[in-house]
Amino acid sequence: MSDNIILRMKKITKTFPGVKALSDVDLELNEGEVHALLGENGAGKSTLIKVLGGIYHADSGEIEINGKNVKINSVQDAEANGIAIIHQELVLVPYMSAAENIFLGRELGAGITVNLKAQEKEAQAVLDRLGMDIDARSLVKDLSIAKQQMVEITKAVATNSRILVMDEPTSSISEKEVDNLFKIMRDLTSHGVGIIYISHKMSELQEICDRVTVMRDGEYVGTKVVKETSRDDLIAMMVGRQLTSYYERDFLEPGEEVLRVENINDNKRVFNVSFNLKKGEIVGFAGLVGAGRSETMQAIFGLTKGSTGDVYINGKKVDIKSPIDAMKNGLVMVPESRKEQGLYLIQDVRYNTTIEILDQFIKNLNVNTKKETEVTQKYIDMMSTKTPSQQQIIGNLSGGNQQKVLIGRWLATDPQILILDEPTRGIDVGAKAEIYAIMNNLLKQGVSIIMISSEMPEIINMSDRVYVMAEGKIAGCIDHEEISQEAIMKLAAV
Amino acid sequence: MDEKKKVAAPAPKNAFMTFVFENMGILAALVVLCLILGIFPGTSEYFVTVKNLFNVLRQISTNLLLACGMTMVIILGGIDLSVGSVIALSGVLAAGGVVRYNLPIVPAMLLGVLIGIIFGLFNGFVISKTTIPPFIVTLATMNIARGLAGVYTGGSPVRVVTKEWQWIGAGYVAGVPVPVIIMIIVFIVSLLIINRTKMGRYIYAVGGNNLAATYSGINVSTVKFFVYTYSGIMAGIAGIILASRMYSGQPTAGEGAEMDAIAAVVVGGTSMAGGSGKLGGTLIGALIIGILNNGLNLMNVNSFWQTVVKGIVILLAVTIDFFRNRKK
Repeated sequence: MSDNIILRMKKITKTFPGVKALSDVDLELNEGEVHALLGENGAGKSTLIKVLGGIYHADSGEIEINGKNVKINSVQDAEANGIAIIHQELVLVPYMSAAENIFLGRELGAGITVNLKAQEKEAQAVLDRLGMDIDARSLVKDLSIAKQQMVEITKAVATNSRILVMDEPTSSISEKEVDNLFKIMRDLTSHGVGIIYISHKMSELQEICDRVTVMRDGEYVGTKVVKETSRDDLIAMMVGRQLTSYYERDFLEPGEEVLRVENINDNKRVFNVSFNLKKGEIVGFAGLVGAGRSETMQAIFGLTKGSTGDVYINGKKVDIKSPIDAMKNGLVMVPESRKEQGLYLIQDVRYNTTIEILDQFIKNLNVNTKKETEVTQKYIDMMSTKTPSQQQIIGNLSGGNQQKVLIGRWLATDPQILILDEPTRGIDVGAKAEIYAIMNNLLKQGVSIIMISSEMPEIINMSDRVYVMAEGKIAGCIDHEEISQEAIMKLAAV
Repeated sequence: MDEKKKVAAPAPKNAFMTFVFENMGILAALVVLCLILGIFPGTSEYFVTVKNLFNVLRQISTNLLLACGMTMVIILGGIDLSVGSVIALSGVLAAGGVVRYNLPIVPAMLLGVLIGIIFGLFNGFVISKTTIPPFIVTLATMNIARGLAGVYTGGSPVRVVTKEWQWIGAGYVAGVPVPVIIMIIVFIVSLLIINRTKMGRYIYAVGGNNLAATYSGINVSTVKFFVYTYSGIMAGIAGIILASRMYSGQPTAGEGAEMDAIAAVVVGGTSMAGGSGKLGGTLIGALIIGILNNGLNLMNVNSFWQTVVKGIVILLAVTIDFFRNRKK
């Protein structure tokens, strides 16, 4: 790494309708440097990268490359300035070969023609040189997600760019491939390439990055040398405060049993599952992916046809055949994947908040808009959801805020039992802490919570008891004092 | 090791064999259809004549023209419903050019093609500059073109009764019908565009993953413009061929032609979801539909039943496709 600055972004500002995505953000990249860009979801990292890549146009600000002021108004401009980007989402064409994808937009061939043979040969050479175990002729749709990611990386590297941006390149590849990627990165930087590296994984930053720039809420927070900083410092910069009590949880004496489940079977993924839940408790469900945790809850919630077993709420046997029955009995579930199973993405915050409680303010043909607004505002305040207005399209909010709206929707039905399936998946640290605090408050209000989670720290720090599932069965139940990662893994491992 | 094998498996020896392999299902259907018609007592003596072969090819010529454009449109992830109506407008204006404005044949026919270009450009413009679905845009232009053809003619055909006029639709060169020659030329040009040019790659890219195309610096608007304009030109040419063969520009010409073209493309294995498909498949699709019509005609099956059979064949083709894809 030298002190030769190859890229300088100065006071970049970008506004979307209703949201200031970037305001006066600076970024500097040296020759041969790996420069981490850190920030919570929604901090504006991807927006900044899209400005650099010519996909978005900044409202104001300057970009200098090798000391010269440049205008980047299109993807072509970015390429001409030696910038290549590996985007966070996979952007490959499924029915095209790896070779065609690698050369997409800059095909080999004379004039208007394309020379597929030459492309295959050239692409294979690059793949081999980078140590990628991929046939250039194979169609991208036939490759595993990890290999698709490798194609994406190869595509960017093959442009021989001087400035390379990697937006979470390791999100879906295995450790071995991460090692290979780091090897490639070191090789590139030794040839003077500057790399902007976006990742949430702190350990990776310490391994591969020289400097780190932190962003928060669309603003530049600061730039540090990685070796001279610590994980806690960086988190504090990201969330804007020291997270003193990350897992906020008052353990109170649990009350009466509110839910008892006996011998739930769906005859596919769930076998004879029995458990109980007491008032004011968080009961965690741990286990490997595919252990049948979500399926168990779906069966209880009335989503699985042909499931059997008995459910008792407050000691009374209930017959739950559909989610409507479940809701009538005060049992609600916030599903695992909020985008597919939860939200109406193109609708606004208000619609998403009130969809389950319409009968509270729609009587015959009369809609009480005032009441609807009040209810929505109540849950925005309660969850401290950050949204410009109730009319904001929910798809435009960050993952954490989407999750808050979704939880708020179910709280609006005034449940006594709340099932949360992976409540903090894909949301940033700040929002996570807020959701833990909300859970803690709910317990005090008499709500009981079942929490499925694959994040060990969350399970360990938040649960009164943990049921561990393996292969569709309850493998064991661990009390609060005995919960540890080892204890859970011992039961979860098959 | 296993995964590596799986990836390396479809190593194509040559393009032709790959094509045969990929289109096994519909090729078999085509062969069986020909065999039945070749052996069936009522049709065999006529079906296998050169005259009938050219007859079939001439019958499918306009459909295949439209289908060449439609294949690109559908690979792009779109649809072009306007082509049938553009046939009518192109035909009546070309005929009107001769009869009402005393234009020579060639400029009059170019006028017809120009109508195709204008409608194609318009479709391409709206579709590339807005997010209005192609289905809606071309549904609108379909009505506009059909309506204009009616307005221009007052609802009755514009007759042209000169030998020169009929050449392009009913003439022969060295014993081969002119529409068949045009069809072959257009098919080869389309094949080259799709398989050998950068534009061809871009059509697959935009249809397969619009975002990937954008991020790779492909001008998505230009690609859409090109494809819809190409489809429009195809309709323009088909319009003058039909008008020539019928000695007149008819405001009702080409009714439902867009659906026949879509059928040929879909039977040929191109996915309506966009991003995948082959022009060779479309050729086979058009042949199956054409030969089926021809055979049913030879068997004196009434035209209403022919339509029913056509529907069943389309359903069969896509069902086979569904099961083949599901296995993967």
